[in-house]
Amino acid sequence: MSETFQLDGAPVPFEPGQTVMQAALAAGHYIPHLCYHPEFKPHGSCKLCTVKVNGRTVASCTMPAEAGLTVESEIEELNALRRTLVQMLFAEGNHFCPSCEKSGNCVLQALGYDLEVHTAGFRHLYPDRPLDASHPDILLDFNRCILCELCVRASGEVDGKNVFALSGRGIAKHLIVNSESGLLSDTNIALTDKAMQVCPVGVILKKRVGFNMPIGERRYDERPISAQALDDAPRQTDASGNCEACEGTP
Amino acid sequence: MSKKLRVATTSLAGCFGCHMSLLDIDERLFTLLELVEFDRSPITDIKHCGPCDIGIIEGGVCNAENVHVLREFRRSCKILIAIGACAINGGLPAQRNHLDLGSCLTEVYLTEPGLSHGHIPNDPELPLPLDKVHPLHEVVKIDYFIPGCPPSADAIWKFLTDLIAGNTPELGHGLIKYD
Repeated sequence: MSETFQLDGAPVPFEPGQTVMQAALAAGHYIPHLCYHPEFKPHGSCKLCTVKVNGRTVASCTMPAEAGLTVESEIEELNALRRTLVQMLFAEGNHFCPSCEKSGNCVLQALGYDLEVHTAGFRHLYPDRPLDASHPDILLDFNRCILCELCVRASGEVDGKNVFALSGRGIAKHLIVNSESGLLSDTNIALTDKAMQVCPVGVILKKRVGFNMPIGERRYDERPISAQALDDAPRQTDASGNCEACEGTP
Repeated sequence: MSKKLRVATTSLAGCFGCHMSLLDIDERLFTLLELVEFDRSPITDIKHCGPCDIGIIEGGVCNAENVHVLREFRRSCKILIAIGACAINGGLPAQRNHLDLGSCLTEVYLTEPGLSHGHIPNDPELPLPLDKVHPLHEVVKIDYFIPGCPPSADAIWKFLTDLIAGNTPELGHGLIKYD
């Protein structure tokens, strides 16, 4: 019999090496998350998955599961903080959903819906972030980047190409393309790359397929992300966190 | 309900799409009219806002007149609701926000072929554009927000009926949309 910790009062079993997030999702408990992806090492940067463990706030995607932990997640105090994080992301970039081809399939948007975020509030920054349309098949719209580094991780760890990186500090931090010209057309990125599949928002887009999915049939139209994420979550993982059923596993 | 609530509506830098969506509640308008009466609104053509319980504003703030109208609404309405993407984050008109206003006007009225009439409009009747388009909450206090471009008739109906019934308005999955 495996050991358990308590999540919002319910016992959650875990395997050695699992994080609180992995164990929770595997057991059918949703914890809101944005930069966490079941196929990649946790990044711990978006803080959406913040929970209280024995009274202290920690990122559940990086917190190792231990027997006897008391974890609180679905409480108004944390959801209010999560709402504020989503609002700050919306106010920091240029997130105009009506004209975005990722709308309906966007994780940031779906989180906003699920958390009942009605407005970004704050003062919108309206940054000036020119597009990179240099590549014949791929468009980069930096206006929507939330700096989750999923493309950086995918391109480095899976594709072995290191096409993307983050540069700068604080509010000046931004996504860059690893080529001498700084243009995507001068990299060896391919449509089949993992980096093409992981952007949670509408930054990395395949050209000429925008808006091809009718409203009503998009990923988060039918069911909220809290239901969708549990379907996507790996149910069985080995000690190293690898999952045989995961999408993209050879 | 003993007394009908007075409701005012207007469109600032919007397209009237949110008003169209309000009309899209169809026969529920009759139910609504048993609960509210309209003050200043495109529906009544009343030009200035009297004391109201609820003000509903679509569109962002892009020129000096928008600021005056928005402040009139804030002064007159107990509850102010921003409706639609433009009122909430600037929306389509805010796509000019990372550009210089002077260059925009020059491009449209002086250098763009086919649209050129030789000068930038300067009639004193025209309200002066602001250098940036602002969401409503950056100018006055906004009490509630109904997102969507436009919000669906069902979303508007749910929100208004919640509010009129004295509940905290919630949209929930399927009604909350940013697009």
